[in-house]
Amino acid sequence: MTVLIINPVNDLLILQGNKKPSGVTENAGLKLPAGFSASVLADSVGRARHIVVTKKGALYIKLSKLINGKGILRVKDTDGDGKIDDIKSFGNYIGTGITIKDGYLYASSNDEVFRYALDENEEVIKPDSPEKIIKGLINGRQHNTKSLVLDDKGYIYVNIGSPLNSCQEIDRGAGSKGKDPCPVLDSAGGIWQFRADKLNQTYKEGIRYATGLRNVMGLDWNYQINELFVIQHGRDQLDMFPEYFNAKQNADIPAEEMFMIKKGANCGWPYCYFDVQQNKKVLAPEYGGDGKNTTRCEGVEQPIVAFPAHLAPNALLFYTGSMFPDKYKNGAFVAFHGSWNRSPEKQEGYYVVFVPFKDGKPSGPWEIFADGFAGVETVMSPKQAQHRPCGLAQGPDGALYVSDDVKGTIYKIIYKNN
Amino acid sequence: MVFLSVPVDKATMERGKKVYIQYCIACHQVDGGGVPGLNPPLEKTPHVLGSKTKLIRIILKGMDTHEEIDGETYSNVMAPHNHLTDQQIADVLTYVRNSFGNIAIAITPGDVKYVRARTK
Repeated sequence: MTVLIINPVNDLLILQGNKKPSGVTENAGLKLPAGFSASVLADSVGRARHIVVTKKGALYIKLSKLINGKGILRVKDTDGDGKIDDIKSFGNYIGTGITIKDGYLYASSNDEVFRYALDENEEVIKPDSPEKIIKGLINGRQHNTKSLVLDDKGYIYVNIGSPLNSCQEIDRGAGSKGKDPCPVLDSAGGIWQFRADKLNQTYKEGIRYATGLRNVMGLDWNYQINELFVIQHGRDQLDMFPEYFNAKQNADIPAEEMFMIKKGANCGWPYCYFDVQQNKKVLAPEYGGDGKNTTRCEGVEQPIVAFPAHLAPNALLFYTGSMFPDKYKNGAFVAFHGSWNRSPEKQEGYYVVFVPFKDGKPSGPWEIFADGFAGVETVMSPKQAQHRPCGLAQGPDGALYVSDDVKGTIYKIIYKNN
Repeated sequence: MVFLSVPVDKATMERGKKVYIQYCIACHQVDGGGVPGLNPPLEKTPHVLGSKTKLIRIILKGMDTHEEIDGETYSNVMAPHNHLTDQQIADVLTYVRNSFGNIAIAITPGDVKYVRARTK
């Protein structure tokens, strides 16, 4: 099959050829390490955000745009031919977060969290009558997705992203100063902890577990050391302060930070950001920073991994399966949705990376694990990306699933030792 | 209906492009395509090609609504850009209205001055 892709920046026709007669692109168009292969389990399922796989291999997919009035899909390949053939949908709300824990499916809208009792096959028993466990969360226009994860003690952790970029008097306004203290932090810009089994909880019943996190989409519980790990969408637009930063510096400097979070952690937003070139936290220009000043940043939580700027980490998953080679066991996969705030530089990300871990700590440099989602060599404008990784899930056999929220593709990545 | 193609002078387009690169490209991108879900596109949208007054007002006052544009919504906020001069706003809007596949008549500094005087 030959696929013609038009690059709208310069009207170049990029010829992507392969000789396979079947019409199926090898590895679903992805570049993977040796021994791994990828297939498309589902296509065109809509804005597929986070995903979770049942112990029987069915997938729940949370959608950020309703399809026929429904916001959760449950899909399954019942005949084992590698394609889904059984689709159900339920849940009349859009959102991103979805996970399974101890007999319940948990899913979030942009201001509430619901749970659905599961049967012994992890099928939802009453799709039309979930329990509402959390309500009334801040739902600003920006960073309003509520990612979810649970621990073993009956708590659920919910990201409440800041509805602002850097807590300025005028959001994203050139030269606008930061509000001090940033009032948003009372109800957003952190991770909140709630009980998983109590109905109708609000902020009053929740605990601000960690603060100073601008927006977290990827979070996971590490059962090896029983701690919460999160990865933050770092700040945009340093070049709103052109006296200190040009566009290139904005494109390169403010890290996407991964943290191990203990209760009470303060990760620094909006006062501090992590500069990948100086390898330290520095004071944000909204609060008087000049790119070097580190006032207010001593004592804030340090990242355990600092990724390049603006890559947009949308999912984090600790791999606990046995299908992949040993080095992957207990390591972290991160799905990067891909950048937008690097213009006029080329955009980056649009891939899934792997971070090796040992005893709950990164044990080596991160590496790109799955690339090629964008389908074009260079992304200058995010719209050019054909697919963007958004969610990650591990199957009962140890396969890794990746969702894409542009075309609604669900990839399944497996390893074969031969 | 006859579309009159009014040629926009090159100097205006070049000045407009400079303003675009400095203030607009971060969000609206090199191809005017915006960012799906975050920042609206500027290609052939009613906001860009329609009322000059409304378009000038978006620059002066910013935009913080969750309205649909061709069936999609966009979550980022646009800050007011009223610090730009009448000339800069006229240049950049004329550039946007005649780039990315758009064709629309130019916006003059006089247009901006008029709208600015009537915009709180």
